[in-house]
Parts: sequence; structure tokens; C-alpha cells
Amino acid sequence: MNEKEILLEVRHLHKDYGNGPVLKDISLEVHKGEVVVIIGPSGCGKSTLLRCMNGLEPIQSGEILLDGKVITDSKTKWSEIRQKIGMVFQSYDLFPHMTVMDNILLGPMKAQGRAKKEVTQEAETLLSRVGLLEKRDAYPRQLSGGQKQRVAIVRALIMKPEIMLFDEVTAALDPEMVREVLDVMLELAREGSTMMIVTHEMQFARAVADRIVFLDEGLIAESDTPENFFTQPRTDRAKRFLNTFIFTK
Amino acid sequence: MDTQFIAKYIPLYVEAAKLTLRLGLLGILFSMIVGLACSLIQYYRIPVLRRVVAVYIELSRNTPLLVQLFFLYFGLPKLNIRLSSEACALIGLGFLGGSYMAESFRSGLESIDKIQEESGLSVGLTHIQVMRYVILPQALSVSIPGICANMIFLIKETSVFSVVALPDLMYVAKDLIGLYYKTDEALLILVIAYLVLLLPISIAASLLERRLRYAGFGN
Repeated sequence: MNEKEILLEVRHLHKDYGNGPVLKDISLEVHKGEVVVIIGPSGCGKSTLLRCMNGLEPIQSGEILLDGKVITDSKTKWSEIRQKIGMVFQSYDLFPHMTVMDNILLGPMKAQGRAKKEVTQEAETLLSRVGLLEKRDAYPRQLSGGQKQRVAIVRALIMKPEIMLFDEVTAALDPEMVREVLDVMLELAREGSTMMIVTHEMQFARAVADRIVFLDEGLIAESDTPENFFTQPRTDRAKRFLNTFIFTK
Repeated sequence: MDTQFIAKYIPLYVEAAKLTLRLGLLGILFSMIVGLACSLIQYYRIPVLRRVVAVYIELSRNTPLLVQLFFLYFGLPKLNIRLSSEACALIGLGFLGGSYMAESFRSGLESIDKIQEESGLSVGLTHIQVMRYVILPQALSVSIPGICANMIFLIKETSVFSVVALPDLMYVAKDLIGLYYKTDEALLILVIAYLVLLLPISIAASLLERRLRYAGFGN
């Protein structure tokens, strides 16, 4: 569907934690404005793949390119690359000793050297978009899980990243808080943000994705549109996986 | 109890207390720098240096300050290294305190979840910035009770400085006892002098700890 330029490209990525391979020969492309959702059984390497893209895990071979430039060689300044690749984690990972506003301002001010006044205004705009402007001076412990996760999304967005990585951001939330976080992500998708999302929320995956990548045992088993993947999966492994989400009495 | 004696010699104690406090505080500052450096070497698992630090910590914690001072003051001159009394005292206190401070800082650093470092990195901060803005501020609030206890411990340890001929509180008391045999009076002022120095520090430390506990910005 997408003939737009390639923003992020993974070529023959291998990752091994030292006790057998986690990712074996992964190759994929993410186009500008595309939303790629990665699904698959636990331990298939979904989160590892995202962490490799943000330089949090070293890789054994293969390469990752951002805007056509290799970012996985030894010369890479990850602190600069990470400003272009935003990431939100599963656990509520706000800085507990800082207010919501200071959490958001830290990156732009210290990593990008932007002026406080300018970023504060942007932060206020983003906070009100996720419905949390009145929490600007609260500490993370005063927020619910869903609120923390929305702040974490704002903290990544304010860096104006070219692509956002979401690593099971709703997996640790109470069920009634999942929706508020997913809504924010849907909204971002509608605006044309480029995103890679690892999730177990199948309904959401279907609604938000331009493309579904099904990972199994460190390999890409299928890569297809959500329509095709959810209605007529080609591999047995994907069929079995999708069946685990269907309940009949 | 000879009150006249006490009144007469209190100024001597005041001078000695100033010396004790000055050397104690400088020694504490020195220990904190050494301790922070050692704890960071251990935290980042810097090869070779972390072994050196481990040996230093064991050596420093398992030998008395008195012995360390003897080594500096009487041992080093045999190697043609001559240090002033004050230098010996400061190096000795820093050497001893550094290991205790390192352990306090380390317990704080280790209490911070790895995800904090990763989220700091993920907003584009460098490793140094993550340490400075994300990890250290949180680690310090965990380390503060230990650091305060170490400070009081180190000031008390200054009482052995008299062995390197420094006129600290202990030295003055021993001197007066030797000269006038006024043991009760000399020791009474000594106890009071240490209390005057240490009680305010102790109280300030517990207030600080309480504030940190109630501020409890943790999750």
C-alpha cells in the first residue's frame, strides 16, 4: 500500500543473548507514515527487535538503517539517533523524582539544548492533547498507570522523533486504563506518525496497523495487511496463534 | 569539680574543637569524593579499576584508622615521603571514609531500576547525563541515611588524630590530665565538646532523612 520512502530498514538482523539466537535473519522496512504492528507469541523476540532498533541491545550481525544511513556500526552516536527514534516501554518508567513537566522537559533541554520556554509551551500543548495538562506539576506516584503511560508518550513525542517504538505499552496496565493509552496511539496513527508497535491487543492491532508482522521463533513468519492476516493467515503457526484469542462456549 | 579549672581551659577546647571540626569536615568531603568515584567504578564495572577498588575497600574497612595513621606518619618517612600532621590526618580519614562512603553510594546506585537508565537513554541523553539527572538524584536519596551515619562516624574517628601530634580535642584533654591530674574535669569537657559538635549534625541528619522519607517520590 505504501510507496512512500523507506524510513527505517532492518537487514538480516541476528541477535543472540548468548544462549541461542533470539532473532534470526530479520529483514523489514518501515515506510514514512506507516504503522507496523509486530505480534507473536511470548519470547518470539518482538521486544528484543524494538530494543535493537533503539541501540539498547547490541546485535551480532546484520544492520539497521535510518533514513538510508547505517546506525548499527561502532561509530553510531546513539544519543543522537535516539532523538529520532522515540521509545515507550512496558513498565511505567517515568523519572519518579521529577514532576510530569520536568520529566518531559529533560530530553529536549539536556539532549537537544532547546530553550525552556519554547519546550514548555509545546509540552503544554501535548499534555492537553492527552488530557493531562492539569497534572503538569504532579509527581509520577500521584498518577495512575494509564496516566503515567500517556506522559511517557508525551515525553517521547516532544523530541519530535521520526519514528515511535511502542513496546507492549499496555501490557502492565489495568484493563480499564488500556483504552486511554490506545486512543492516544490511534490518534497519532491518524495524524500520519510512523510507528512500530509491539502489542497483544489484537483488536487494536487490527484497527491501527497498516501492516502486521507476525514473528515466531525469531523469524518473520508473515507480513501482511491486517485484513489478510486476521481473516486468512497463511501459516499454521499464525492460525494457531490467532485461535488462542477466540473463545467459544 | 573544679569549676575555675573548667572556665579557664574551655578556650583551649574551643580551639581544639575548631581543628577537629575543620579536619573532620575536610576529611568527610574527601571521603565523599573518593567514595563516589569508587562506587561509580563499581557501578559501571570498569575492568581492572573495579578490582583495585575492591581491594582498597577491604583494606580500608578492615584496618583501624590508628594503624593507617601510624603507617602514614611513621612508615612513609622510611620511604622518604614526609607528610605534615594535617596531611596525614586528612589522607587517613579520606582513606578510611572513602570505603564507607563508597558502600553507601553503591547501595543507592544499585537500588535504581535498570529501566530508569534505559528511559533516560531513550530520550537522547548521554550516559553521563543519565547518571547526572536520572540516576544520581534518586540514588542519593537512598544513600543519605548511610552517608549521614558515616559523617558522624568519621568525626568521632578524628579522636585518634593526637597520635600524629595534632592538637585536637582528645589531645587537649590528655594534655591537661597529664599536666594537672584534673581527670574528671578534663574528660567532662571532652564529652561535652564532642556532643556539642555531633548532636546538631545528628539532629540535622535525622530531619533530612525524615524529609526524604515523607517526600517519597518513589512509585
